[in-house]
Amino acid sequence: MIEVGQQAPDFSLRNQDGEKVSLSDYRGRKLMLVFYPGDFSPVCGDQLSIYQEVKPEIEEKGVELVGVSVDGFFAHKAFQEKLGIDTTLLSDFEPKGEVARAYGSYVEKMGFANRTLVLVDEDGVVAWTYESPNPGEFPGANVIFDALS
Amino acid sequence: MPDLGSAPIPPPGPDDHVRGEGEAGLIVYADLGCPRCAGAWQRLTERPGRLVFRHFPVASKHPRSPALHAAAEAAGCQDRFFAMVDSLYAERGRVDDPHLWERAERFGLDLDRFQADRRSQSTEARIKRDFQSGIRAGVAGTPAVFDACTLVAVREREF
Repeated sequence: MIEVGQQAPDFSLRNQDGEKVSLSDYRGRKLMLVFYPGDFSPVCGDQLSIYQEVKPEIEEKGVELVGVSVDGFFAHKAFQEKLGIDTTLLSDFEPKGEVARAYGSYVEKMGFANRTLVLVDEDGVVAWTYESPNPGEFPGANVIFDALS
Repeated sequence: MPDLGSAPIPPPGPDDHVRGEGEAGLIVYADLGCPRCAGAWQRLTERPGRLVFRHFPVASKHPRSPALHAAAEAAGCQDRFFAMVDSLYAERGRVDDPHLWERAERFGLDLDRFQADRRSQSTEARIKRDFQSGIRAGVAGTPAVFDACTLVAVREREF
């Protein structure tokens, strides 16, 4: 995993609407990157659904929540609509997993990111990280609020 | 703003929805719009001992859930909480407002009071209180089953 205190690697990825989104777009704001294995898996669906329920409280703390996986942006759009969420989903699709690798989240033998959280502060510095013991488990939303307290 | 950081689930209290007898038992955080919860509900209620029901509606995933939890809470104001829960899980295709009114009549509820209660601020607050306690305990899917305040099962796992 990337270490706390490091400069967060910049990226430019397409969101679920095909628009380019860069880390630098969030400069001056806090960003919680949620790396997850893949769209449409039951656990990923639960994770993003639960986070959606407390997204207003996360935003009240001045933090934007953004999901990242290796899926294409069309899949992200369909997944977003299926879940009924409005969380931005970024497509780490080509080169596959490049951003997840830069953040130390990619699992080579599986071909996708482990379930990891990375809080980037207003200056683009990694302020906190969390890595799940395995991709089948995800951190409850309480873990995010612990990090923000 | 509520504190949603980590905390153990609250022990059963006097205003919890409790079914069955005994000091020991399970606490379940459940979503009334969740098919997995509906599948688990019968097994949970067939177990001996006490069962505490806590609201955990995931509205983004199940858009009718907030209305269903409010209906159950309103039925609870007239002592028919579990009748409403049982019925909602048993008949998952009948969850629109006319179906809720039909249930209210069938259970002998005062319909005007039912309507007022399910839209009241106290009902909303009661549901939110349960939901937030689940968030603080790390509930990451439903049903989430706790035994003596320790998570023992989530989703399809055995309990």
